[in-house]
Amino acid sequence: MELVTFSLLNGAVYGLLLFMLSSGLTLIFSLMGVLNFAHASLFMLGAYFSWQLSRWVGFAPALVLAPLLCGLIGAAIERYGLRAVHARGHVAEILFTFGLSYVIAELVIMGWGRNPIENRVPAMIDFAAFHLFGTSYPFYKVLMTAISVGMFAFLYGAFKRTRLGLVIQAALTHPQMVGALGHDVPRLFVLVFAIGSALAGLAGVIGGFALLTEPNMAANLGPIVFVVVVVGGLGSIPGAFYASMLIGIVQTFAVALDYSMLDLLGAFGVTLTRADRLYEVAAIKIAQAAPIIPYVLLVVMLVVRPRGLLGTRDT
Amino acid sequence: MRNRLLACLCAAFAVGAAHAELKLAFIDPLSGGAASAGVSAQKHVVFFTDAINARGGLNGEKITVLSYDNKVSPQESLIVLKKAIDEGARIVIQGNGSSVAHAITDAVLKHNERNPGKEVLFFNYAAIDPALTNEKCNFWHFRFDADVDMKMHGFTDVITKDRNIHKVYLINQDYSFGKAVAAAATRMLKEKRPDIQIVGDELHPLQKVQDFSPYVAKIKASGADTVITGNWSNDMLLLFKAGKDAGLNVNWFTYYGGGLGSVPAIGKDGVGRLKQITEYHNNVLPALPAEEAAFKKRFTEKADELYYWRLRNMFAMLEAAAKKAGSNDPVKLARALEGMKLDTPLGPMEMRADNHQLLQPLFVSTLSDKTKYDLEASGLGFVTDAKIDADKTALPTTCKMQRP
Repeated sequence: MELVTFSLLNGAVYGLLLFMLSSGLTLIFSLMGVLNFAHASLFMLGAYFSWQLSRWVGFAPALVLAPLLCGLIGAAIERYGLRAVHARGHVAEILFTFGLSYVIAELVIMGWGRNPIENRVPAMIDFAAFHLFGTSYPFYKVLMTAISVGMFAFLYGAFKRTRLGLVIQAALTHPQMVGALGHDVPRLFVLVFAIGSALAGLAGVIGGFALLTEPNMAANLGPIVFVVVVVGGLGSIPGAFYASMLIGIVQTFAVALDYSMLDLLGAFGVTLTRADRLYEVAAIKIAQAAPIIPYVLLVVMLVVRPRGLLGTRDT
Repeated sequence: MRNRLLACLCAAFAVGAAHAELKLAFIDPLSGGAASAGVSAQKHVVFFTDAINARGGLNGEKITVLSYDNKVSPQESLIVLKKAIDEGARIVIQGNGSSVAHAITDAVLKHNERNPGKEVLFFNYAAIDPALTNEKCNFWHFRFDADVDMKMHGFTDVITKDRNIHKVYLINQDYSFGKAVAAAATRMLKEKRPDIQIVGDELHPLQKVQDFSPYVAKIKASGADTVITGNWSNDMLLLFKAGKDAGLNVNWFTYYGGGLGSVPAIGKDGVGRLKQITEYHNNVLPALPAEEAAFKKRFTEKADELYYWRLRNMFAMLEAAAKKAGSNDPVKLARALEGMKLDTPLGPMEMRADNHQLLQPLFVSTLSDKTKYDLEASGLGFVTDAKIDADKTALPTTCKMQRP
């Protein structure tokens, strides 16, 4: 019972962390068609900035300043980098952001070193939120949940209920028409990229102490974020939400399952021994394979339903 | 005309340089998840080779260290090994990842068989899958760290005496080393304390898991009072972090719990509970050894600890072997190393001739907040529980070495 409860809680929190990361990416992709490989790098910058700023001005201001900084950097990337590359097509854009991710990783190493930095949970939020079945649940995870849900609410509200959101939604499918109607579409792009980057930065602030803050964190989380975006469907924020929760909960529950194909076959009366050729594969426990489940899901989704769960166009 | 002149000058330089140096290749992760371990070891290698060079080098030749980043990938390691050999390296040093060590030991054996006169030695300082000095042993490979079974032997002797341990949970990385730890623990616990119940045997992917809270939830659900793990680098750090978040209350018997970043990750929760088995910790002698004092003077970052005492032992043996052989030829060095006995500040050590495994004193230690020297400015350090003399660490071997 406790295992199920904690798996659910942990899975939901992990899923929400993934959503925080992928919401910005989905936003940028749906509007601009740019697959931003540097998105996870902005997440990493958010974590490092928050650590550095906390040391100078304390945690609460850092929580606001770090995402703002990331947003500004995102705006600069779009205005001075992507805009120039945009004319050359999608591949050029992807290569640009890909190269940028390497550059950012090296800059981080130059600035803060190769080793993980001690990004400990700040004292003001370092306590147990509640105790359940003898296990404590840290408050920062509750905060992470709150921020993530808040992000979802903000994005959903901003896009469905405000005029700016309406314009952005229109620019998604009819950028030329929107431009013809007098809206400054390039400025819209800068704004959206900045918002997406700021969201990544905010995710980084919290993610920085949930996970390790090290120069590798972008490379570690980057692939999973793409899985979320593809499985959820390109262009859909609710899709990204459902996909992140699905992946978070399934992966977490999978760790708790020690069953393998051998057990399944055994239920049907078939026993395999070490001598059988398929033994090695059949002996893999679900728990062992848990971290690759998202990628299996990615492959299945691309084969069965390329537009993802709630996507508006095919991947 | 100018090009030819330039070429002649370059050739002159190359020939001039080639005579006076012995090249060592250091192949380990210098980027990626395990970089902290690789970069730390690199600093040790540079530190000890500089000391040897200051004393005149080996048989008149200065040591040059060539570093290569293998990202803990066996495929990448084979590529850089070829590069290192092409650049004239005669000794290859590696440690992080038994998977890599297996690839290198095979490649070195093949290279030496096909290129007599251009042999290369493999000094393994941390890959401790027992197979490397048993069924996969070869004349060119020397291991300078006690293997999985030797260390588990030390741990299980301590566990045997502790009557408060009833349920043990095993969690390890899913590759040759992690599986060896799990197998050794299961086997030896059954022999020495059959009353102990092993309530979990977990294998997780190497360096891939970001969030260990599901695993910690499982450990809690099993009711274990002790966890035995061979996890290293980020896997150890993150497991400790998740355990601390969930308030996990167990004894930790670890191989690498004192590694970079791990002690700050577990913090005060580890006092009295975190144990490790190593050849050194900075409270093993009443005063800091001269090597550590000099190391800390040169490398002053918080993260720079003299963790690899076995590298000190390795270079001490190399220096002694070079003196004994009177030459830096790898075959002669290897023969000189076999059976070599040396004294160290911690006790005598011996390089076994039968399987090229170094026997050095081992210490089982526990984390404490009342030590003279701490780790990484955390206020916490290790205290020795038990010392195992070098000769007592030896285990039987199945190695049938073929010598040139």
